Amino acid sequence: MSVIRYFRVNFTFWMKRIFRKKRARIGIYGPPNAGKTTLANRIVRDWSGEELGGASEIPHETRKAMRRDGITITGINGSSVELDIIDTPGMATKIDFKEFMAYGMEEVEATEGVIEAVKWLDNLDGVLLVMDATEDPYTQVNVTVVGNMEARKLPLLIVSNKIDLPNSSPRRIKSAFPQHPVVQISALRGANIDGLYEAIAKHFG
Amino acid sequence: MDLISAERLENMPSTEKIQLILDKVKNGKIVVLETGLTPEEEIRLIEKTMTEIRVDEFSGIEIESYPAKKRGSFIDKIMGKTDMVCRMTIVGPANQIRTTGKNRYEITTKVSIGDGD
Repeated sequence: MSVIRYFRVNFTFWMKRIFRKKRARIGIYGPPNAGKTTLANRIVRDWSGEELGGASEIPHETRKAMRRDGITITGINGSSVELDIIDTPGMATKIDFKEFMAYGMEEVEATEGVIEAVKWLDNLDGVLLVMDATEDPYTQVNVTVVGNMEARKLPLLIVSNKIDLPNSSPRRIKSAFPQHPVVQISALRGANIDGLYEAIAKHFG
Repeated sequence: MDLISAERLENMPSTEKIQLILDKVKNGKIVVLETGLTPEEEIRLIEKTMTEIRVDEFSGIEIESYPAKKRGSFIDKIMGKTDMVCRMTIVGPANQIRTTGKNRYEITTKVSIGDGD
């Protein structure tokens, strides 16, 4: 890391600590089909009454980040934070073209979403990393996103999604990333969604 | 398979390092890096990979590494001066190498010889 970058990262970190920034730009990250858009929609709907965009079962279908500014989330103890929410396309290191093109989509469409998600990492104050609790959490994409947030000294909240499914194992996520807080939810059913809002207000406020 | 030493990469700019890895992987090589990439370099490698993916030619990479470790004294940690120490990383063509298991201490991969699937 260059000297200038080192001082810039640390200066930003300490200024945020001192002034406790109350507005933060938060990116929702995760692998394809982890439930990012479902979660983004629920947050925006719960706090503004509107929808952000449609969720899809097609991998890499979300190719453009969707953004909603000025969502104020208030925790049970009254602490609140104003968020700009960015729902990013799914992160991946490879594309399964057979699966993707079966939906009638072009090759370039599969890759541009990942590029978009990577670019957003440079412009965030924190990340909600959404993991599918029925899948193995220790994937390279998750390790890389976590590593990037640690290197940038930015706050990270791991969301263990789909806990309503019988084969979910949220404990596996906690043991994979013990250094970060994990909140267990079902974005689809709304299970423990208040717990998530409390954690967001505390963590990003 | 190419095993690249820490010395080979330590003074190389990130963009050059990423291109070197990607060129080898696109040519069917599996690359093992002694000291790996920083998290920022890993994310740039993913981004660069996406720009070079082509149907029937190159479907992407499989990359596996252990999380970077923080290095520094107790005082350094208080002052926020810790360095991130990168660790061994394996990168290969997605159609030839597949991770079958991974935890904090061990990575298991399956390597196909030839065109893969």
